[in-house]
Amino acid sequence: MYRHSHCEGFQQDPTAQELGLAGPEGGLGPLEQLVAWMRKRSLFVLAFGTGCGAIEMRPLMTSRFDAERFGIVNAATPRQADVLVISGYLAIKTLKRVIRSYEQMQEPKYVIALGSCTINGGMYWDSYNTVKQVHRYLPVDMYINGCMPRPEALIEGFVALQGRIARGEPGGYQRYRERIDWYKANQRRVLGDNMLPDYTYDWYHAGGIA
Amino acid sequence: MHYLLDIPAMIATSYVLGFLFYGFYRQYNARIQRRWGPSIFQNLYDNLKFLFKSETLSHGPMFFFGPMIIVSGAVTTVLFIPFLKDSIWLQGFSQHGNLILIIYLFVLGPLGNALAVGSSGNPFGVMGVTRGLTRLMGLEVPFFLGLALVMLQYETVSVHAIMAAQSSIGEWTLVTNPIAFLVILLPFIASMNAAPFDVVGAPQEVYAGPRVEFGGRFLGVLMTQNMMLSVGKLVLLVDLFLGGATNLFILIAKAFALFLLITSISAVFPRLKTEQAVDFFWKVPLGLGVVGVVATVWLQ
Repeated sequence: MYRHSHCEGFQQDPTAQELGLAGPEGGLGPLEQLVAWMRKRSLFVLAFGTGCGAIEMRPLMTSRFDAERFGIVNAATPRQADVLVISGYLAIKTLKRVIRSYEQMQEPKYVIALGSCTINGGMYWDSYNTVKQVHRYLPVDMYINGCMPRPEALIEGFVALQGRIARGEPGGYQRYRERIDWYKANQRRVLGDNMLPDYTYDWYHAGGIA
Repeated sequence: MHYLLDIPAMIATSYVLGFLFYGFYRQYNARIQRRWGPSIFQNLYDNLKFLFKSETLSHGPMFFFGPMIIVSGAVTTVLFIPFLKDSIWLQGFSQHGNLILIIYLFVLGPLGNALAVGSSGNPFGVMGVTRGLTRLMGLEVPFFLGLALVMLQYETVSVHAIMAAQSSIGEWTLVTNPIAFLVILLPFIASMNAAPFDVVGAPQEVYAGPRVEFGGRFLGVLMTQNMMLSVGKLVLLVDLFLGGATNLFILIAKAFALFLLITSISAVFPRLKTEQAVDFFWKVPLGLGVVGVVATVWLQ
């Protein structure tokens, strides 16, 4: 039986999300624009197939919807990926693995979360071991709603993310760096003794030099 | 002074041709699969994006020096291959080198790979390297036998002399010694990492193979060297078999024709297993090579 105090959906911290989206409005220089354009045109995707959303990733990459025309390709390992796609509900056990994968990615990196399960728990809203709001544990750049979102919706989400990259808006990875303590506290609250070992995120405290 | 202009020109030529060829490769594959595919500059975008990413992981000094060894091997190889015939441009150091030196330099890539991946300790990477070295064992014997056939035919190891001996289409090695071309073509497909023999990076099996641990800038460097070295190998085959090229447009046309042949073959064949690939190399191209040696030595 769930209690309100156990369901983190009722404890969200709205200022934390708004702060992340309000970036400095300073324009990009010509070289930065060029780099942003390259980044926009080439997104390597690490598809973390947790729920039914993994089914929707296949048609996206294959002949019918062909995401490669936007420069979106599957990456084999977290090290080579730019975008982490969390496709569906996250059990707390899985959350640990997702965080580990995310922290292995090289910056700049972005997170896209698919489906209503990642936004509010979806049909698992009262489950005792499912994460309700992913942005409390990982900096989500783009939510794509639906249950499940069709590949068209996915492409629209990717294009919106590309627009954000091209405009040079601060990505979620900067938020994760700046508020690492907040994210880690949230992660520790659900993972408890299962928390990731310190050495996996120590370098975030080293002032961004690693 | 001449070198100062010539060497950047060679590196730039091989880089530009590299990303254009690979962009074409991706688009061509996409059209075969009835997709639109990415733009032809996609490989340039990917490569520059990786070069502008961060690189936070380290597995000790060898992990850093491995990619450097690979990329210096690629650049040196490119600089020892003459791009043009009867020209002072795009020659690099090719006057001071020969085919045997180029053969030596080809091995630097796998060596650097093995050193870097070995120090990373990633099991998928090590598996990829093992598969790569096994395949190397299979492909190098027929490849070198084919090159030896060409050297035997012209009785010289100088790429310049071999190019100069092929002045008209009738004198191309492709026409005068088709067996040598066949013997080299199959290992060449493998050394370009194209489909029937792409056991090293085999997607779905060993993830990215040797590159599994490289992300960010290291991967960008490795992509760069791969594109440059591929163009270097294509140009070498153009020099040896298609009579070289007197200007850049002929070079692009001939190298592209060769690349199209390889991509077309690789687009329709599924991947072989590692032991199947080695078996194949030691039977078909090697058998053909032995026939070629007999024909060249006794029938001349």
